[in-house]
Order: sequence, then structure tokens, then C-alpha cells
Amino acid sequence: MAAAKKPTLSKELLVQMYKDMLFWRRFEERVNQAYMKQKFSGFCHLYIGQEALGVGVQANLTPTDYMISAYRSHTQAIGKGISPDAVFAELFGKVDGCARGKGGSMHMFSKEKRFLGGHGIVGGQVPIAAGVGFAIRYRDENDICVCYLGDAAANQGQFFEALNMAATWKLPVLFIIENNRYGMGTDIRRTTSVDKLYKRALAFDMPHSEVDGLHAISVYEHTQKVIAQIRKDKMPHLMEAHTYRFRGHSVSDPGTYRTKEEVKTYQDKDCIKVMGDYLMKHELATEKNLVEWDKKVREDVKKSEDFAEKSPIPNVEEAWMHNYI
Amino acid sequence: MPIKTMREALGEAMSEEMRRDANVFLMGEEVAQYNGAYKVSKGMLDEFGPRRVWDAPISEGGFAGLGVGAAMVGLRPIIEMMTWNFGIQAFDQIINHAAKMYYMSGGQFNVPMVLRGPNGAAHMLSAQHSQTVEHMLATVPGLKVISVGTPYDAKGLLKSAIRDDNPVIFLESEMMYADKGEVPDEEYLIPIGQADIKRPGKDVTLIAWNKTLSKTLAAADELMKEGVDCEVIDLLTIQPMDEKTIFESVRKTHRLVVVEEAWPFASVGSEIALRVMNNLFDELDAPVVRVSNDFTSIPYAEHLEHAVMFSKEKIIKAVKEVTYLHN
Repeated sequence: MAAAKKPTLSKELLVQMYKDMLFWRRFEERVNQAYMKQKFSGFCHLYIGQEALGVGVQANLTPTDYMISAYRSHTQAIGKGISPDAVFAELFGKVDGCARGKGGSMHMFSKEKRFLGGHGIVGGQVPIAAGVGFAIRYRDENDICVCYLGDAAANQGQFFEALNMAATWKLPVLFIIENNRYGMGTDIRRTTSVDKLYKRALAFDMPHSEVDGLHAISVYEHTQKVIAQIRKDKMPHLMEAHTYRFRGHSVSDPGTYRTKEEVKTYQDKDCIKVMGDYLMKHELATEKNLVEWDKKVREDVKKSEDFAEKSPIPNVEEAWMHNYI
Repeated sequence: MPIKTMREALGEAMSEEMRRDANVFLMGEEVAQYNGAYKVSKGMLDEFGPRRVWDAPISEGGFAGLGVGAAMVGLRPIIEMMTWNFGIQAFDQIINHAAKMYYMSGGQFNVPMVLRGPNGAAHMLSAQHSQTVEHMLATVPGLKVISVGTPYDAKGLLKSAIRDDNPVIFLESEMMYADKGEVPDEEYLIPIGQADIKRPGKDVTLIAWNKTLSKTLAAADELMKEGVDCEVIDLLTIQPMDEKTIFESVRKTHRLVVVEEAWPFASVGSEIALRVMNNLFDELDAPVVRVSNDFTSIPYAEHLEHAVMFSKEKIIKAVKEVTYLHN
């Protein structure tokens, strides 16, 4: 871990990543509360515990890079630039939501911010990411496409098909396996023949790596190199990031398939606490700063929920709209 | 007017659209160096180069998904399925992704993509290579479905499909690629969603598409000799369906036979029958009759295949049923 060494990253960046992780955490906690109060329904998958990964990656992207993800992506959407108000409103099924209340928790979208969803079919987004990479190559652009998928999606056939095409045709896509160790309630080791999921890339001669996804600095520094390589070589990359979700698969999952001790082991390594300690140790922030930032973030996420509550519901006519353009 | 084959007409449609719009590209198994499994894309690699004509790996789900992603960010893919039986591998991308993207993104990401290839039986290919898919895909909101039966319609509709901003399923047939017909050299488009009356008549309306069209026209010729004057409608677009042309015809003839190659359960014919019953109940002089393949997988042996499939004889029998002429 980088904590022992002198910071190599700027104070501004480190503080920003801390604030982003904090925002993502408080946002999802607020979302969870709203769900428990039955303010909205449907599936709801929270990112709590995995923040360091998404924040560390996002800090390396430009506004014109593309991102596509699965169904645990409220905060990744925010990271790509969609306003938290629009994400909260989407959860509430309101017209100001980033999909006009027609997508919900699993389907955040923004054409303007180049966030291509929010997808609910495990692994289905992976060939779509290859298609975005294909378009980038077709037009000789310098952008990349980041494609998040869960550990269990790495057993889906479309994942293999997409990796093969991306490697064969040199498509600039960063495939990131967010390995939180469980595909819903099934320990990935029980369904997977390899001990490391990045080894899937070996079958396609694709550049690959693994990273400790619990530390934002590690993720940032590692991803920075990987993305520079993708832009330079125009080759895809499969990155396995080891992470952990503190909550169940979805809000309705009590998580009986893993021990309290295991969850506690990871909670002790909470990315936000680790980063807060790091900032204080290197005198980049005081404890008072951390408390103030937390207060501000809590106010901000409450404002987003208030916005969502006040936003109008879509007209009923919307139900039949947007099947065809 | 010049006479061209169906495969030439389809190839011309793609090439013309690729000359017109740099965002259009073709991808599929064997479409480039091999010039297409059925030579539909013959010469296209030579003209457009490897940047726009792509041989795909045997990964129908994968390259259909690639098409979805490319279309979401501004390209206009033509994805060829060597046969729609293989295209069933891509149903996840077609149904779960392409069809729903514009809807679930609240009107942000449309998918201007054509997925085209042959479907239906092609003579003694057995169960896995003989299926039609129009009824499976026309049931999904977000998709347009076209199924063609002549070179002229194939070219005009494929050009419209490539220019359409929605995902379009375009269905051909291995049995028709060598069929010849008049195809002008001048550019023309045929609008999606418009049926075509291929043979005007006054006694019975027959609706057909794709491979059933030629057999239905042959049946109509034979029935004319017995004094039954059939109107034959080529449906052309399955989704959205041209109710207007169907209803106008049935108002005139008061009798309807639908001829299709699909299985009968929940087919396009079922849908037409329901719509006609709901809208023209008092106009009908006989119950709507459907000719389709039987509800069975398609066998290999020639006489078995023939027994379960639609045929000219079955069409004639159905027309006699609705005209109360059966012996």
C-alpha cells in the first residue's frame, strides 16, 4: 500500500478522490434508506464498499471517453458526469431522471456524458463495449471505452466472444472485472475454473492485469498506466480489480452465504477510512476537514433526494413512447 | 427494365448505401474475402476495403452486440446472419439490447442497425436449419421486421432499412437468391410498413410474404382457371403491419387466407386473423383460414419435409374452404 510512502499524487487529486468516494458512499446510504422507507421499488444494487475502484478509474478518464456498466452503477454514472439529482430522480421513476423514469436503478444513461447504461442482462454489455471500441477505431478517434462487469459475468459466453473480437481487431476497450467475489450468492470459486479471472485474457493474447481495488490510489496509479497503454497501442486490456461489497447483492439480500467475520475483515479495510487516514497522516487534511466534508456531502445527497421527490412523475403517455424513433 | 437476381439486388442496395454514407459498414461471417456464403456481398470487399467490410468470427451474439454498441455511438451497421437459425444465437442482443435501448434510455440511444439474412426452409436441411423467425421477432416492441419475396422489393426495402434509425430485422431466403426480376438501375426506395398488392382480384384475399409469395401467386393462377379471382397481397413489412391495405382488400373480397411458413401457434397469421375479426367482423363471409407449416420440427427426408410444409395444394384447398367450393 502506498500509505507509507510520500504522496506522489497532488493534494488536489487525493482530496477530490476522497470526496468522491465519500459522496458515493453517502449517496448509496441515502438510496438504501429511501428504499427501506418504500419511496421506490424494483431491484436496487448498491456500490457500498467498492467506491475506491470506480473513483480511481474515473479520475483517469476524459469527458469524451465512453463508459458502459452493469446494474450496480448508480454512482459510476455520477462519476461519468450524470448529475446526482438525475440519478436519484431516475430511482424514483420521475421525469427528471436520466432515463426519464423509464430505466430505473439498473438503467442509468446519458448520451451527453457518454454513459451508455446501466444494463441488466449479466455480460450483455460486454460486446456492446466492443462495438463502441469498434466505432472509435472506425473513426480513428483517441477515446477509449471503459466496460465494467462483475466477476460472474466472466463466465458468460458473450464475454468471451467480445474479448476475442476486441483482441483480434485491436479495439480500445478497458474491460474491468469488478471481482467482489460473489455472483449474487455464489462464491465465484465454486463456478469458475481459474483462480484469477484476468487469466481469461490469456486465451486471447490480450494485455491483462490485476489491481487491489480497495485502494483508490492503487487503482488510480495502475489504471493511469493501463489507459495510457490502450491509447498508445490501440489494444484492449482486461483488468481484474479485487473488491468487496459490504451489503448484499441487492437491498433484499441478507447475505447469509458469507460470514460476519469475512465482511468485517473487509470493513476494517474500508477504502474511505483508509484514504481519510492517509490524508491526515500526510497532513493533506485534518480530522475537522473530514467531518466538515462529510457534513457537506450528507447535505448534498439529501438535496438530490429532495429534488427527486419534487420532480414530477412522467405523463402516462410516456409508457408508449420511445419504442421507435 | 434490367433483370437482376435477388442476390444482386441486395448487394446493390448495400453498396449504394455504403457509397452514400460513410457510417454504414457490413459485418458477418464470410461476407468479405469469401464474398458472402450466398454471394450477396460479392465484390464489396474489393470496392470498400477491409475497413468497411468485415469477416466476423462465429460469434453471432458477439457481433450482433458489437453492432448495437457501434450503432449507439453513430455508426450504421449492416449485420449479416449466414442464416437466421444462427441468428437465434443473437436473440439476447436483439431482444434484450437492440430493441430496448432507445426505450430504456428514455429516448437517448437509438440503434440504427440492420440484421439481415435468409430464414425458413431451404430444402432438406432438417430441423436446425429450416426455421422462420418473423413471428418470434415481430412480437418484440422496438424492432421493425421486413420479409421480402422479390428482387425489386428486396432492394428498395433494404435501402430503406439501412436508412431507418431503428433496429430492423430483414428476412431473405436461400431459395430465392437466384430468383430473377425487374430491378431498375435508377435509385428507388420502398417505404417500410407498406404492403403491395401483387395481383388484384375480387373473390378472395390472400396474404403472403417471403417464400410463400411465389407459391401463392401460382395457386392464384390455377384458381383463376376454376373461376376464383384471388387478390394477392405481399405483406413485405411484418412489423409495423399495413392494416390499411389488408382491411381495404378484405372489405372488397370478404374472404381471407393467410399463407405463411412459420409454425401456426401465435403466428403472424394469428395476428392478422384477430385484427380482421376485431375490425371487419361483419364484412367476413367465411372464417379466416391460415396455411402454415405444421406444428412440428422440420424433417430431413424430402417427402416428410414436403408433408409438413405449406404448399400450393394446401393454399388451393384453403381458398376452396373460404369460398365453400371444396368437393
